[in-house]
Amino acid sequence: MDSDEDSFEMDSGNVSSGDDDDFAMDVMDEIPPSHERQAESDEYHYEVLTTDEIVQHQREIIDEVKGVIKLQPTVTRILLNHFKWDKEKLLEKYFDGNTDEFFRGAHVINPFNKPANTNKNKNSKANTAEECEICFSQLPSDSMAGLECGHRFCLNCWREYLTTKIVTEGLGQSISCAAHGCDILVDDVTVMKLVHDGRVRVKYQQLITNSFVECNQLLRWCPSIDCTYAIKVSYVESRPVRCKCGHKFCFVCGENWHDPVKCRWLKKWIKKCDDDSETSNWIAANTKECPKCNVTIEKDGGCNHMICKNQNCKHDFCWVCLGSWEPHGSSWYNCNRYDEDEAKAARDAQEKFRSSLARYLHYYNRYMNHMQSLKFENKLYASVKRKMEEMQQHNMSWIEVQFLKKAVDILCQCRQTLMYTYVFAYYLKKNNQSMIFEDNQKDLESATETLSEYLERDITSENLADIKQKVQDKYRYCEKRCTVLLDHVHEGYEKDWWEYLE
Amino acid sequence: MSSLPRRIIKETQRLMQEPVPGINAIPDENNARYFHVIVTGPTDSPFEGGIFKLELFLPEDYPMSAPKVRFITKIYHPNIDRLGRICLDVLKDKWSPALQIRTILLSIQALLSAPNPDDPLANDVAELWKVNEAEAIKNAREWTQKYAVED
Ligand SMILES: [Zn+2]
Ligand SMILES: [Zn+2]
Ligand SMILES: [Zn+2]
Ligand SMILES: [Zn+2]
Ligand SMILES: [Zn+2]
Ligand SMILES: [Zn+2]
Repeated sequence: MDSDEDSFEMDSGNVSSGDDDDFAMDVMDEIPPSHERQAESDEYHYEVLTTDEIVQHQREIIDEVKGVIKLQPTVTRILLNHFKWDKEKLLEKYFDGNTDEFFRGAHVINPFNKPANTNKNKNSKANTAEECEICFSQLPSDSMAGLECGHRFCLNCWREYLTTKIVTEGLGQSISCAAHGCDILVDDVTVMKLVHDGRVRVKYQQLITNSFVECNQLLRWCPSIDCTYAIKVSYVESRPVRCKCGHKFCFVCGENWHDPVKCRWLKKWIKKCDDDSETSNWIAANTKECPKCNVTIEKDGGCNHMICKNQNCKHDFCWVCLGSWEPHGSSWYNCNRYDEDEAKAARDAQEKFRSSLARYLHYYNRYMNHMQSLKFENKLYASVKRKMEEMQQHNMSWIEVQFLKKAVDILCQCRQTLMYTYVFAYYLKKNNQSMIFEDNQKDLESATETLSEYLERDITSENLADIKQKVQDKYRYCEKRCTVLLDHVHEGYEKDWWEYLE
Repeated sequence: MSSLPRRIIKETQRLMQEPVPGINAIPDENNARYFHVIVTGPTDSPFEGGIFKLELFLPEDYPMSAPKVRFITKIYHPNIDRLGRICLDVLKDKWSPALQIRTILLSIQALLSAPNPDDPLANDVAELWKVNEAEAIKNAREWTQKYAVED
């Protein structure tokens, strides 16, 4: 223990004895790159909430609305859920409309019509036996229960019904009365009164909390696996938010932060990439079926003379026109039937298809390349950490080697930006501004690749001061190019430069 | 097998005591949760004159979940597929434990009177029902004669 503390003291001693200028510069480096700084500090406030805080927040909204419309909290909760927890909208509809319609729409009985309810009639026959329509048992009235709609069932049947809805069907806030055709919703207090099984109650609480977050536009669960935090914003905008677990994502769509492409195009792109048909299209473009036996043949060389690989077929045909090889004579590399009308039409159709496919693959490959590289992020951080330790053994201080970590931060950020620039570019129509964008993209791409190479080099064997200068210059350049690219795209959004292909 | 819930016993009794016109449901000798059902084709429908056999099974968690019902007799209907499976809201999301075998069979009978090609299960049949109703009804009549009329 003692020795550990000693070595720690020694390290921190090193820090304070480090070059003051260097220290200041490295601290500066810890500030996020300028475009991120801009986006995050641009008055976009958000909070990260724990599950308890979410429940608390829910209660606050209910109390607030309840204070205005003077209704039961249970009814208020159902109403709020109906209006997707938009209290302004709820109050607006409440005060300007037909109250009967208002309550009917939210599937609750209008509490102001209560005295006219059938419930009262039934209650008046206290102590007389009632038949439960579910289990057909004759039971005293106090063993029966129902909502304001007046449909009554025995406590056991209610319990079983609610348990089935919660556990089997995963319903929370949207469980309706057990009577056929009755859409009156069961409130949370009633559920808690009728259901006693602890596990079912916990599950119900989770379900209603979840529906609160999911239907509330100002809240979003952190999409990171196993993370239970939610982000709360005060207005909805496509902005990056960072969860307490460290995950950074777009508040609107929940994807990784994807500047410069907009949510809607990214969504379209992800769907396109997920779509199997693209893969099968690729196969279709690189292979053909033997015109005789339909075995799939892949073109493996430049020669157009294809011989079917099916040993029972061995059909000779031309890759270009798919005609039998025989009339092609001795022109092994060229198809001399190229101009025949039928072949030409088929070729035109295929050409069109292939060029659009080639275009897609061009963007897809670059997009995937950066995504793959980003997946090695952790490995890169680990290797850089090792290098930093080695450098510290070569008489550099802890603070002096931080530039390496910083370089990896910027590298990853540039890759992520680049990755999404290919999605943006895929849907972009060519014009003067799109050409400037492509130049910016090219610059950033090559600077990023150079930075990546530097970081993979054996840094310790070279002149450390020298390499540090080079790496710092390069990442500052990358950072600058990244900002230039993003600023240009943002300016384009403001000035309506961008036109889209689909 | 677990003992039969009171609900099923009572429901079966009532079903036998007050049968529904045009519907006949008899529990299997060996399995009180399995019913042999006969529905006669409603008058003024293309299924008129037909005797349709169905099977109905009450699952373990009945009445919390809906009975399973299937046509055994072949039928040309946009909401009934080739395996006899029925597309009917009360058998799915509109099921309520307060519904009964009786109400379900009445709904099925009503479905024969009023096919709903906009919520199809048998796509080819539904398609024809929408494009050429007369032709579809003709097919339904033919199928009824062919498969649902006893010699
Ligand atoms: Zn009951
Ligand atoms: Zn009700
Ligand atoms: Zn998180
Ligand atoms: Zn987004
Ligand atoms: Zn062949
Ligand atoms: Zn040819």
